Amino acid sequence: MAQSLSRLKESPSQTAGPYVHIGLTPNFGGIGGVYASDLGATMLNDKTKGERIGLRIRVLDGTGTPLRDSLIEIWQADAKGFYNSPAELRGDADPDFQGWGRQPTDMETGLCSFETIKPGRVPFGDGRLMAPHISLWIVARGINIGLHTRLYFSDEQKANAADPILARIEHKVRVPTLIAERQGDIYIFDVHLQGEKETVFFDS
Amino acid sequence: MPADAGSNRRPETGAFFQRDRNWHPPALTPDYKTSVLRSPQKALLAFDNTASEITGPVFGHAILGELDADLIHNFAKPGESAIGERIIVYGRVLDERGVGVSGALLEFWQANAGGRYRHKKDGYLAPLDPNFGGCGRTITDDEGGYAFRTVKPGPYPWPNGPNDWRPSHIHFSVFGHGFAQRLITQMYFEGDPLIWRCPIVRGIRDRAAVETLIAALDMQATIPFDARAYKFDIVLRGRRASMFENRPEGN
Repeated sequence: MAQSLSRLKESPSQTAGPYVHIGLTPNFGGIGGVYASDLGATMLNDKTKGERIGLRIRVLDGTGTPLRDSLIEIWQADAKGFYNSPAELRGDADPDFQGWGRQPTDMETGLCSFETIKPGRVPFGDGRLMAPHISLWIVARGINIGLHTRLYFSDEQKANAADPILARIEHKVRVPTLIAERQGDIYIFDVHLQGEKETVFFDS
Repeated sequence: MPADAGSNRRPETGAFFQRDRNWHPPALTPDYKTSVLRSPQKALLAFDNTASEITGPVFGHAILGELDADLIHNFAKPGESAIGERIIVYGRVLDERGVGVSGALLEFWQANAGGRYRHKKDGYLAPLDPNFGGCGRTITDDEGGYAFRTVKPGPYPWPNGPNDWRPSHIHFSVFGHGFAQRLITQMYFEGDPLIWRCPIVRGIRDRAAVETLIAALDMQATIPFDARAYKFDIVLRGRRASMFENRPEGN
């Protein structure tokens, strides 16, 4: 026998369940007075630098029905491509932009809306620039472990074509599942959990 | 952003250990019926962390209110308190290397002592407690430690099989230091016979993995004549040392 590596195992995930709003967006869920506001509900202030954009996201199940009880978190770089995080050593991020947001899907329509800025480009490990993107994390009843994916932008065709993560997708027909469609200042993004248009989810 | 204010430790920038997806429940667990139409079926795209996964948001103590870690009182009318078995839940957030994760935001939510959630979608006939909201949060200390006060949630029936009951549980949402460490899980209570019958729990294939989600009764940490205590440690993904990595720091 060799020495033990003395590693622990990650705690196994369990579904966020149907009542995720109680814990993560209590004001939205009808529990007022405990927290002043829901964490991550507002991403911008007047001083935030960058192009204002809106995201309109839906999560669709295997029948094409929008989930009305899911919750999405996003994480992104600032307008110059810096993350507001201690692990960001390349430079200082915009102090008026945390880069993290959280929104529940509407309980009637299933629409999930973020008001944010378009992120700058962030380098891949080898120094090449990745295309502008926003990381998504999706939880809901029936989802046993949070789903990780990215939202890229339809008006960044050249950058998308050179993006090292998109380039890893073997079946090119699936690349568009990660690209949000620009309509004015709004980007439309449907996440398909199953089916022909199943979104590419990540293990990273 | 200033790294770990008050600490002289350099922020860590290594990639996270790969996730053991056989230890987690798979996406499709047919006995938990809602997973059938909500589980991705195609293979996940695997890649080593980039800066987008290694970095993550930081939450300061400024967001916390005085009663955020006291579910017995944070929704109660002045002078009143929630009904139920009073308990302390405490433990540490560690990573797979055994290192305490400091500054980690923990959010928790649960049913009341009768098994009823304060949510418009919950129609269980057990009554709401006017003094119980069911949410709380805290941030771990320098060693990854945390504690909060609540009442023990009740088990409840749910529409899955004709007579399925959830064991008593508290939902936990955990942020580590990187986006890729994000985790939501549930804490169960030692000795609850419903744990091993639950289709959601049984989605986890390895019994030893389930056992890591069962909090232990700790009579040494009780407050005599007030509350019993349960210890619940949470483990997040560990991360590699970046000193030997052949690429620029931070990527």
